[in-house]
Amino acid sequence: MFQITKKEMLYQDIYAMWVKAPEVAKSVQPGQFIILMTRENGERIPLTVADYNRKDGLIYIVFQVVGKTTDELSKFKEGDYLFSFIGPLGKKSEIDNFGTVVLVGGGTGIACIHPIARNLKEAGNRVITIIGARTKQLIIMEKELKKVSDELIVTTDDGSYGRKGFVTEALKEKLDNDKAIKKVWTIGPPIMMKVTCALTKSYPVDTIVSLNTIMVDGTGMCGSCRVSIGGETKFVCTDGPEFDGQLVDWDGFMNRISRYKNEEGKSWNHYKEQKTCHCKGGER
Amino acid sequence: MAEMIPVKERMKQEEIPMREQLPADRIHNFNEVPLGYTKAEAIKEAQRCLQCKKPTCMNGCPAEINIPKFIKYIVEEDFKSAYLTILETDALPAVTGRVCPQEEQCQKECVLNKKGKPIAIGRLERFVADWARENDIHGEKGDIQKRNLAVAVVGSGPAGLTCAADLAKMGYNVTLFEALHKPGGVLVYGIPEFRLPKEIVEYEVKEIEKNGVKVVTDFVVGATGSVEDLKNDFDAIFLANGAGAPRFMNIPGENMNDVYSANEFLTRSNLMKAYLFPEYDTPIRIGRKAATIGAGNVAMDSARTALRLGAEKSYIIYRRSRKEVPARAEEVHHAEEEGIVFNFLTLPVRVLGNKEGKVTGIECIKMELGEPDDSGRRRPVPIEGSNFVIEVDMVIDAIGTMANPIISNSARGVEVNKWGYFKIDEETMMTTCEGIFAGGDIVRGAATVISAVGDGKIAARAIDEYLLSGKSLRKNK
Repeated sequence: MFQITKKEMLYQDIYAMWVKAPEVAKSVQPGQFIILMTRENGERIPLTVADYNRKDGLIYIVFQVVGKTTDELSKFKEGDYLFSFIGPLGKKSEIDNFGTVVLVGGGTGIACIHPIARNLKEAGNRVITIIGARTKQLIIMEKELKKVSDELIVTTDDGSYGRKGFVTEALKEKLDNDKAIKKVWTIGPPIMMKVTCALTKSYPVDTIVSLNTIMVDGTGMCGSCRVSIGGETKFVCTDGPEFDGQLVDWDGFMNRISRYKNEEGKSWNHYKEQKTCHCKGGER
Repeated sequence: MAEMIPVKERMKQEEIPMREQLPADRIHNFNEVPLGYTKAEAIKEAQRCLQCKKPTCMNGCPAEINIPKFIKYIVEEDFKSAYLTILETDALPAVTGRVCPQEEQCQKECVLNKKGKPIAIGRLERFVADWARENDIHGEKGDIQKRNLAVAVVGSGPAGLTCAADLAKMGYNVTLFEALHKPGGVLVYGIPEFRLPKEIVEYEVKEIEKNGVKVVTDFVVGATGSVEDLKNDFDAIFLANGAGAPRFMNIPGENMNDVYSANEFLTRSNLMKAYLFPEYDTPIRIGRKAATIGAGNVAMDSARTALRLGAEKSYIIYRRSRKEVPARAEEVHHAEEEGIVFNFLTLPVRVLGNKEGKVTGIECIKMELGEPDDSGRRRPVPIEGSNFVIEVDMVIDAIGTMANPIISNSARGVEVNKWGYFKIDEETMMTTCEGIFAGGDIVRGAATVISAVGDGKIAARAIDEYLLSGKSLRKNK
């Protein structure tokens, strides 16, 4: 059992938690993820690690309520225990001194770029971070990212904060004006990553994406997370989660993450009907 | 107490069959198919045993069970002694009594084979284990002399559980690491409820824990901690992580949403209990017509699970002929009884789908048998132009597994062969790194539960010997 030591609501349906998992915290590296279960008959969901504290044995996760499990998770309180929490899974980000790098984050992907940005900064890179969201309140972890970036650009679709527009527009401007940029990380909603890759394709930069697929075990056992990379089938859990964005079969990937759309709806409805009793899951 | 009957009479007795759920009923539920012997049936079957002076059955038992002795106790209606006899060497009797291919092991060696049917050793073992569980009879903790040495067992499948149980009996401090949230390995994620109820696995794992084995779940060796890390805290290590990586056919259309590896399909259904969705949260695709590729035990489990989930038609597609089917005869028999349709000498070449990415069929080519291949079986060769389509809406790849490199990547000095399986000394199960032993599927490739149990036993003895000689991984560091 893994205790939630701190919980905060970042905005409406976006939450952050520090979870006590000393063994995971001991070996976690930027870019890796964990799989958790809220209760014994729950499902296993992967979440990218947003930060960690090795000394206190803590892992920081950020998630948005998108279905039954994340809703249930959002109802857990400080001091509550998660049934299962495994990791760190997947390969770590390739951290090196590349020179100038850009990190693009959208949605909860903003949280995922944080440890990568910090490690790239520590490795001596000039780190430019671009984060974007629909509106001001959805911009998360700005303060933390500011600390580990040489330059931070914020965009909102509605112009309520930072620059009005999409992250890709800000990125294009940077790529056009800064020829020192060697590498771009882009983590966020699939469509954002796809569009970013389409943009960076015509620039002499490597583009790394982090895929968040449907998984069961997360250790290479089931192949649920498979995706075609450069025409070859790869497992996101053990070969990824980071890949060369130019090689990803985006349509195939987006199709596979919607595999259980119907069932997810069914589960969500079933949960809402039974909410009165299921809610106790968070209060154990 | 039942009587021993004269040997000549015993030879004349017919084998006692085991009652089963009727096919028409069982395809709609996940309850166990065979129902087990009653007391009277068990005694009657046990009475057939010749109690050979030099029993040959035991030669066929990697779990080293004293078979005639426990059967004699059944005749004497001393079921407790029968249970304790089995437990002396086999920590998983209710499991092995169900899933061992006895016809290839102990029963194959039974002398009664010459005259008729061998003793139903597996069924008797199952009866004894079930009786003990139902009557709250437990193994007796003898005087164990504690040894101040620690052994890490990696993987809680049949090999790991057996090795851990044996080492704990020898007095070692044993920690059993499991990557998933529940111990049992293939016994919980792979073998379906209708062949091996999970409650039984849980029970036998608990009994092993009671004997002092510490079980740590949610710990992925190779990720959460490395084998190198374990060397700091343990005097010896046994690696039994199984051959868990799925194989795909690498044919077009295989990444479509309704194509599963058997590992995924069975893990969703068994470990995550997707058959109880939405009471349990993990979903599973329920196809109307399901095609399972392959004809091993895992393929039978997959095809039969698809049927129970609600498929109207469940096909097995196999590139060789009926003669080469690797599944246990009993499994094939059960599958046929349930109406699974077998397509032999058939090779899938493409998964077909519609615009929405939904599977609509599987294109296959007919095969004929040619010259024998490396495995000694006649090689199936495609018949040109014989392509045809089977209309299905889901596909399950059950063509085998391969080594998952997650552990070997984290273990310095532990060599693997070209398939990624650990190289071992056959006699001691020791890997190329002194003090690290390995067994089960990560050494053999996908094999049986009982061979894993056997490996666990051999390794436990070899680890004992290694440690008794004063060596230790910690000291070597």
